[in-house]
Amino acid sequence: MKKIEVVQNILEANEATAAWNQQLLDKHKIFAINIMSAPGAGKTSLILQTVARLKSKLSIGVIEGDVASTVDAEKIANEVTAVVQINTRNMPESCSLIANMVDQALKSLPLEDIDLLLIENVGNLICPSEFALGEHRRVVISSLPEGDDKPIKYPMIFADADAVVINKLDFLPYVDFDIASFQNIVKGLNPKVEIFQLSCKTGKGIEDWCSWLLNERRKIENQNEK
Amino acid sequence: MHEFGVTENIVKIALDKASEVQSSKITKISLVVGELSGFTPDCIQFYFDFLSKDTIAEKATLHFELPPAQLRCRNCSTVFHPKDSEWDCPECHSQGVEIEGGRELYMESMEVE
Repeated sequence: MKKIEVVQNILEANEATAAWNQQLLDKHKIFAINIMSAPGAGKTSLILQTVARLKSKLSIGVIEGDVASTVDAEKIANEVTAVVQINTRNMPESCSLIANMVDQALKSLPLEDIDLLLIENVGNLICPSEFALGEHRRVVISSLPEGDDKPIKYPMIFADADAVVINKLDFLPYVDFDIASFQNIVKGLNPKVEIFQLSCKTGKGIEDWCSWLLNERRKIENQNEK
Repeated sequence: MHEFGVTENIVKIALDKASEVQSSKITKISLVVGELSGFTPDCIQFYFDFLSKDTIAEKATLHFELPPAQLRCRNCSTVFHPKDSEWDCPECHSQGVEIEGGRELYMESMEVE
């Protein structure tokens, strides 16, 4: 019997593919964000609102991740330059996008024509936080009807986010969501995170979110020019 | 439920390493799976039994080391292990914490014949 020291990250293969994806995106000057949330928090609605505000400035591509169906891709198809739907039902990870799936999706997108890539992950607050896709920024959406305890129950996804969006602000009169306490917990886990309060229904707060996106895109652009 | 792909990686890493040293049987694989890693040893074991079938890793013992979650208070620097979902500092009750340990996910070593 012989003992072999290994010490190898088990997610290394995914991380290598994610790094490769990011190189490909950088080569085409595409800024990519990974949008994560529980089902129904408003990932598709945020994409639609973002596209409505930014499509005159940027050419936008979308990758839609869902366990099944093309419902989301159909909602978006007419609004953007290109959309690819990934169905994870028969894949090894059905609960999250992984870097390999994005690698495949990038092959069917017209990369030359895209400035901003919005990747909608599978609705889930656990699994997506473990798998880098090659994105430049990670965004987590929490919506008011879900309750303000999500960062306590699912801390990892909030700890790694670059931005947290509090959506469905129009529900505030009807639910007991303590926005200040939510913000404190998120900032406690992740002091550098940007937090946005908005409503995809009324459009309130979308402007600030879009400004942040444009700003972060510029940062990556400058970084890559150096 | 996302352990399938991770276990595929474990089997692949193990088989690659075993072939590097030209071994014919893997008897033990030691894994480090942190409490906050998001991966469950029982699920890894379940998929491992399935994925290692008919390979030289079949029937290998999986040994799990499970580093606990370790948080450091950003206010008073107390390091503590959170109870369930209570992530407040037990000393100063501040909500600002940094994750110091518990996110590990790697293969430490293997035993081969």
